[in-house]
Amino acid sequence: MELYNGPLNVKEIFGRWLDEEAESNYGAYIPFVGTIRAEDGIEALSFDIYEPVLQAWFDAWQEKAKSLGAVVKMAHAKGDVPLHQSSYVSAVFSPKRRVALELIDEFVEDFKANAPIWKYDVRDGKRIYAEDRSTPMNGSGLLA
Amino acid sequence: MIKVEFLGPIGKPSLEIEAATLADVANRLKEDAELVSWLDKCAVALNDTMVNDLATTLKDGDRVSILPPVCGG
Repeated sequence: MELYNGPLNVKEIFGRWLDEEAESNYGAYIPFVGTIRAEDGIEALSFDIYEPVLQAWFDAWQEKAKSLGAVVKMAHAKGDVPLHQSSYVSAVFSPKRRVALELIDEFVEDFKANAPIWKYDVRDGKRIYAEDRSTPMNGSGLLA
Repeated sequence: MIKVEFLGPIGKPSLEIEAATLADVANRLKEDAELVSWLDKCAVALNDTMVNDLATTLKDGDRVSILPPVCGG
């Protein structure tokens, strides 16, 4: 798992991941790129990350992927990411395509629901929590 | 004492409180009207492991993290 201050260098990351697994005999490599879209007048998006819980979440996914003979990788931005740049990339490598296609779907969806990352719209230089697009994590409401 | 920390957008300073279980933490946090609106949508980690049981016992030096709704990517 890789965390960066600011936008991701997508070409460098995907190229390096390809090189890392060049001799691993995986038949499928399925990348996902999340890019900041211009909408509702935002200048950028900004992110806070709670790294210890994110690492535990990612480690559990690595174990799951390993049990299927696959590998998951991800990188995410901290702080501000301008429009049309990338805040998140992930990928699955697997021996055959079906496992990778299914895992990238599950991995990205669970990422959206349970990775401890908070998103803010940036408008007029101010960060505004994107509450309406955020999802309570599994187990939420325990203390209510 | 245990430490309660509020992550992401909650924007509150950490608290040091006496609590024997997570239920005690819940009762203490519910005294703060601002926090009540967060609690029903927040998840909880104890020393960076997610927890789901109010009866979870706490010991001196434990750290409880309150995690509001997320949106990575």
